[in-house]
Amino acid sequence: MFDVFAINRWQYYRELLVQLIIYILVLLVSAVFIWLLFDLTRGGLAHLSWEFLTESPRDAGRAGGIGSILVSTLLILLVALFVAVPLAWTTAALLSEFVPTTSQFGMTVRFSLQVLAGVPSIVFGLFGNAFFSIYLGLGFSILSGGLTLACMLLPILVSTAEAGLRAVPQSYRLSAAALGLSRTATLFQLLLPAAAPTLAAGLLLGIGRAVAETAALLFTSGYVDRMPGSLLDSGRALALHIFDLSMNVPGGDTPAYASALVLVVLLLSINIMAMKLAYGLQRKRIMSV
Amino acid sequence: MFHSVLTDTLVRWILRAGAVISALVMLLILIFLLIESWPVLGQITPTRFFTDASWHPLEGAYNLMPMLSGTLLASVGALLLAIPLGIASALFIIFYAPAFFVLPYQRLIELLAGIPSVVFGFWGLTTLVPLINQFHPPGASLLAAILVLTLMILPTITLTTHSALKAVPDEFLHGAAALGLSRWGMIYGVVFPAAHAGIVAGIILAAGRAIGETMAVLMVAGNVVQHPQGLFDPIRTLAANIALEMAYAMDDHRAVLFVSGLLLMILVMMLSAMAGKIGKHKYV
Amino acid sequence: MNPDQGKAVQTDCECDDAYTLGPLQMGPPCCDPEPVIQVEDLSLQYSGKTALQKVTLDIYRGCITALIGPSGCGKTSFLSAINRLTDLIPACQVDGRIRVDGRDIYDSACNVQALRRQIGMVFQKPAPFPLSIRRNITLPLREHGITQRLTVESITEQVLRDVGLWNEVCDRMDTAALSLSGGQQQRLCIARALALSPQILLMDEPCSALDPIASGVVEDLISRLSGHYTIVIVTHNLAQARRIANYAAFFWVKERAGQLVEFGHCRDIFESPTHELTAAYVNGIRG
Repeated sequence: MFDVFAINRWQYYRELLVQLIIYILVLLVSAVFIWLLFDLTRGGLAHLSWEFLTESPRDAGRAGGIGSILVSTLLILLVALFVAVPLAWTTAALLSEFVPTTSQFGMTVRFSLQVLAGVPSIVFGLFGNAFFSIYLGLGFSILSGGLTLACMLLPILVSTAEAGLRAVPQSYRLSAAALGLSRTATLFQLLLPAAAPTLAAGLLLGIGRAVAETAALLFTSGYVDRMPGSLLDSGRALALHIFDLSMNVPGGDTPAYASALVLVVLLLSINIMAMKLAYGLQRKRIMSV
Repeated sequence: MFHSVLTDTLVRWILRAGAVISALVMLLILIFLLIESWPVLGQITPTRFFTDASWHPLEGAYNLMPMLSGTLLASVGALLLAIPLGIASALFIIFYAPAFFVLPYQRLIELLAGIPSVVFGFWGLTTLVPLINQFHPPGASLLAAILVLTLMILPTITLTTHSALKAVPDEFLHGAAALGLSRWGMIYGVVFPAAHAGIVAGIILAAGRAIGETMAVLMVAGNVVQHPQGLFDPIRTLAANIALEMAYAMDDHRAVLFVSGLLLMILVMMLSAMAGKIGKHKYV
Repeated sequence: MNPDQGKAVQTDCECDDAYTLGPLQMGPPCCDPEPVIQVEDLSLQYSGKTALQKVTLDIYRGCITALIGPSGCGKTSFLSAINRLTDLIPACQVDGRIRVDGRDIYDSACNVQALRRQIGMVFQKPAPFPLSIRRNITLPLREHGITQRLTVESITEQVLRDVGLWNEVCDRMDTAALSLSGGQQQRLCIARALALSPQILLMDEPCSALDPIASGVVEDLISRLSGHYTIVIVTHNLAQARRIANYAAFFWVKERAGQLVEFGHCRDIFESPTHELTAAYVNGIRG
């Protein structure tokens, strides 16, 4: 009756089988992804050079580099952040500090942002084209591309900032109020500095999202690969450049590989920084408890 | 005293204005999609999107069905592959991995979650499509779309499942172990029921991503407007269709593209509403 | 205490319900102490920090052994070493030997699942699985190869009757177990452990998370289980230990490591302790 050395054979084999299946699937996933990363590195590294990063593309991108593309990407990103960050952070501050979580107004804003977060990027592209490019008359320009991206970034910036502010211990607010500080002073002197790492992490995530975006920029910032002269010029983003090289330019694969490698490395470093910030914050909070 | 009250009020109004603008963006998007699709929506009966003979927008034939079926087939196919792979990956990280494998594998998945769709598409175009072409031309096909989408949503499913599994309280695990349940018995009998809401919500999220994905699919799917007969037939998805034809679409054609954008958005919104509802449930 | 214990069980059996625990099978408990668990020099370390130092202790068949002592003196660690739940805690190192029915359970050939089937455990916080009431009991049964429908059903009904829960839940067996009250949840957890017909039950403060009434019900249940099962119970409630236990083991913290100070008949520990720490603790002077 009491034999703890007996082995339930059926159960034993089932365990082995499940473990085997899981190991095989994980091996498969790892293999495919390492294949992908290896392909990108091998294809891109050969073509990568300082000139490639600084020169403008020639011959539809087959020759030359991605200098002007990087500048356009940066400009689009700056426009998007310049518009989205103030809007997002004021919204987050209001939602977390000034209105009760259950208020009608707060719920409406939050719901609207939640829906916005689910909108596919191509739909943002349609909207940007109709509203910024045509209705506001900005045409195919860095400005309309950046504004479209700003709309896209809003939800992620708001939700990270709100989470960061909410993570600040309630005791800060109570003691600040007890010392007679105004809510504005509390917000600027105490809460925002305390939430700074999360705000920065959210910002970096937003930047990552913006740099990776292609579909929303197709009909807003356009395809022109020259060095942009002003914000009203059309400018081609890096992700779009990869798309154009691989789909529309025969013989564009080599520069496309190199561009893809640049993009992936860029995004990887952004993500690592964001993660470092977020983990650092967590560690600090655990240690202070 | 007075001074600080004044700034408080002022700041409050500034914040409020910011929040109102943020909330209005969604409304603005809806309004503009509706305005732009009105030339068509107002004129023709919506059933024509399903009953027209074909998709020849320049001749006024607006059958969206092939594209809708392409979108759904590609998404469902990708989900069928990505769900087992993603759940296996999450189980591996939490229950099965030897200690020194946990972190590298988790980092690999996080790294993939950050790779942009255009890079997945590019890799699919240069590697997968030629490979499939060797077996069964033309290569650019439903199968290629499914595979690329699988790679794209796999990290989403893995990460959401991982956090759902992590959230299962230790008491359940210890209780299961104390009853002598085997590892799989515990996972199947206790962990999955406890975490199923989170897992399903993550899957729905991934489904929304798959349906809305444009670039990666556009690059590998072949983009022929047809009901595919098999895995090796090229397809065109709704999102890809918009990206392809927006550049030259005029008048009614342009309006139909906005209608399909609207359709896409409604599909994704319904999914995210569902995910939100399910995600709130716990242990039921 | 002890003689009353035997009687209490006997009187309990006068009710002729076929399903409640029947009369004692093996005579009054603890007349003939036969060790079922033998612990020798058991030491426990969590990532290098010693939680339990060199404990040697015998647990007797069919008796209730209460582990008492202040918080953090390693009682719970001791308990989870007996069914090897310590395996689940990373960086937990167990030294020494535990023999159950004479066989070393830390032997590599020991099948942990079969071991845990024989040694049931009830935790401090009632934690039924987030499943239906029925499935909470049938899941472990099926897992251990008891799949015949009729058998499963009859065992389910019997253990629920044993813990006095049958009448309360028989009409809603398929509702969520988490909808039960705390006391009911804890009794369900006990039923779940009983369903596997273990020899030994480990209980980690089973009443401390319950309100006084539910706690009383669970306590009654535990004393009725005595004789049928070997029970090791951790409790902070000295009065409870005194009421239900046959044996008591007193743990204390020395140099940050838990140690066994005294072990003996419950009556002796409470009425004539040999160690001054024990005396101080049971009289409420220290701890």
